[in-house]
This record gives sequence, structure tokens and C-alpha cells, in this order.
Amino acid sequence: MFVPAKCFSLKTNNYKFMSNDINQTITRISEIIINELKLEDVTPETFNPDLDLIDEVGVDSMDLATVALVLRDEYGIRIDEDDYPKLTSVRIIAQYIINKLGDKE
Amino acid sequence: MKTVSSLLDEHWYERYKNISRLNIRSSIYDVTNRCNLRCKGCFFFSSGEHEVAAEENDMGKWREFVKKEMDRGVNLAILIGGEPTLCLDRVEAFYKKLPTFCATNGLIKVPRDRFPDMMVGISLWGDAEDETILRGKDTFKISSANYEGDPHAYYLYTITPKQLGKTDKIIRKIKDVGLKVHMQLLSNDEKVDGFSWHPDELIAVRAEMDGMLDAYPETVISSKYYHEVITTGKMLDRSFGWMECPSVTEPLDKRNPRPKRLISFIRWSSELQTMHRCCTSETRDCSTCKDGAAHMSWVMVNKRAHIKTTKDLQNWIEVYEMFAKLYQFIPW
Ligand code: SF4
Ligand code: SF4
Repeated sequence: MFVPAKCFSLKTNNYKFMSNDINQTITRISEIIINELKLEDVTPETFNPDLDLIDEVGVDSMDLATVALVLRDEYGIRIDEDDYPKLTSVRIIAQYIINKLGDKE
Repeated sequence: MKTVSSLLDEHWYERYKNISRLNIRSSIYDVTNRCNLRCKGCFFFSSGEHEVAAEENDMGKWREFVKKEMDRGVNLAILIGGEPTLCLDRVEAFYKKLPTFCATNGLIKVPRDRFPDMMVGISLWGDAEDETILRGKDTFKISSANYEGDPHAYYLYTITPKQLGKTDKIIRKIKDVGLKVHMQLLSNDEKVDGFSWHPDELIAVRAEMDGMLDAYPETVISSKYYHEVITTGKMLDRSFGWMECPSVTEPLDKRNPRPKRLISFIRWSSELQTMHRCCTSETRDCSTCKDGAAHMSWVMVNKRAHIKTTKDLQNWIEVYEMFAKLYQFIPW
């Protein structure tokens, strides 16, 4: 299983927790994206977290701004607009959020 | 779930990827309240926008303003007027810092030593007869002499109902002076007699625009889907109008629900503080608006709605490519 290297630097230092954490975060972000962008014929469970959101799902910066607002409310983190181009898949967004939460601790 | 690559072959997927990350953020700037023409049907003068606010004359303020616009994330400055070439220092304040497009009537040549690659869109309202009725003179004679063969200039040909059956002659003239052309439709804000569109004329003009694109693919920068959307006012069974328009100035946009729209878009007056409602006339009736940029932006901001069938997505790509070519984000 892919575990983002940066997760190890989080203060919790618990690999098992971290791997569950990222999976949960991925599912929740998938759910948010599906709901906010009204994606059809896909569930949080079947959404491929490595799918390129721009090249494959057709997400644009207004979509990202909408999703970023919901993520801000959900996780209490601010997603810088300059970071949007880097947030190209659900897994990368999940990792970004976990890193930001880690930085806050 | 439909994905982009599941709908496109390799060639179209490459075209999609060439534009999918461009993230163009435009805003529109009135450079001046003055013009060296007074065209009938010019939205700027007919809606009194030239009197909304005095011009800012301090060049330091213009430069400061451009910087603030860049900080706001604007990466394409669309300069309109009045006539921007009357105030080249203001044009230069944008051009030195940002990808810049300058709309002009073409009577004054943008000096290419000062603005070597600035994209210039020259307005044209028909043949000599229509130009004389609507604008008081045949501007083509002057503008074509000024810009002949210029690789960073094209004609913005506003087709009027009177132009039906005459577009071929005009596009050939443009081709002969080595320039390109983009077609749009007159909205007839001043209700000049005989210049408003009737439904049968819109059907005819769509066919004529399609014909021009087929006949002059190297000269005409357009797409058949754009022709369909602008002439019918429909896109994917939705109707264009106020509640769908993407080109409303963002801080003034109180619509609920808010449609997909241009991010950070503002149309500024030349006083640099007052904002106009949208990319075109303050007083125009949205239900009859034929603004070309608003219609193409409408398609562009609704990308995911087009990720349904191969044809829909190809249509979206062609419209986006057209826009990107008109503003030099991709080559002709
Ligand atoms: S040239 Fe342009 S700005 Fe000037 S009057 Fe005509 S339409 Fe209006
Ligand atoms: S007049 Fe046209 S561009 Fe302006 S808000 Fe209405 S529809 Fe949009």
C-alpha cells in the first residue's frame, strides 16, 4: 500500500493509524468531490484516488475552489490557491491535508 | 463515471491536455472613455458607460493598479474602451506586465516597436456600406493598411443581419491582406432599424458562419459549436441569459444559485475604481445578448457538463482552443 513518506513526520508516529487515516481521508474527500461536483455513476468506494482530477475528471479551478471551501470547513485548514495546480488527485489532496494537519500540531 | 480519456482518442486527448491546465483568468479594462469614432450600436456609448466615471490620468496609479490586478490572479488583460490606442501609455502599463489583448477600431496603428507581440483585435462591422451607415466611415481601408500581414492581429468581424450573403466577400478581403478573423454577432443595443436579429436570420447566419469556417479554415478562427451556441442561445439544453452568464463582474455577482463563472472576473472603468456589471453593456437585455466572449466563456466554464459524450467533449475542446488562439495562449 502506498503511504505518503511525509506521514512519518507527523507527530502521532503511528504507521497503522496513519494508513487508516489516509484511507479514511481519501474516502471522505472522494465523497465531498462526488457531492460537490455532482459526479455521476461513482461512489466514494469506487472512486479511483489516483485518477488525475484535471486530465481525467475535468475538474477546473472553480471546482477546486468549491471543494477547497468544504475541506476548509471539514478539516479546519486553508488550501492556498497557489497549491491548486499540485492537487491533481484525491490521494494527493488527502496527503496534503494530513501534512497540513500535522504542521498544525 | 465518464473520464476524459474514455471519450477521446489519442489525438483529441493530446489536444485536451494542451489546454486543460491553462487556467486563464481574464479581466476587462476600459482604457479610456474617448473614441475617435462614434458607431451606432456601440454599447459603450449607448449605455452611457463613458460617463459613469472620470478617467484616471495619473500613470503611477495605472501601474499600481496593474500590479494589484496581478496580485488578484489576473493573467490576461483584455483592453477595450473607448479606443485604447488613444492612450498608449496606459496600454503599455498592462503590456509590460501581463499577457495583453487590445481591442481597437484599427484607425491608429499600435506601434510594433513598442508592442511587438501584443494581440490586437480590430473591429469590423461589415462591408463599406454597413460600416458607413453604422460607423460613419469604411474603417477597413485604413485598418487593413495599418495591419496588413501582422501575425499578432486579427479582425473581430461583427456580423449584422444586413451582412447575410456578404460574409464571403469580407472574409476574402481579410484573407487577402494576410490577417485572420473571428466572427461575432451584433447585439444592436441602440435598436438601429433593420439590425436586430430575427429567428430565421439566426438560422441563416449560423449556416453562413459554418460555411466560412469550412471555406477558409486558415483564416477563420472559430468553431461550429460556438456558432451553434451563439445563434441559438442554447448549450446542452440550457438557455443563455442572466442566470447562466459567466461574464458578470465577480464582486457584483449576487446571483443565487451562482452559475459556473469566470473566476475573479471584473470589468473595470478607466477610473480604476468603478466596476461595470459585465463584459458588455450595463443596460443590455440579457435575453437578447449576443456577446461573443460571454457565449464562448459559457461553454468554457462548463467543461464537466461536456464530459458526457465524445462529441460534446470535442465541441468543448474546439471552443476552448478557439479562445486560447484568440488570446495567444496557443499558436494559431
Ligand atoms: S470604435 Fe468601438 S468604442 Fe469606438 S464608438 Fe465604435 S464600437 Fe464604440
Ligand atoms: S448583457 Fe450579456 S454579458 Fe452582460 S450579463 Fe447579460 S448576458 Fe451576460
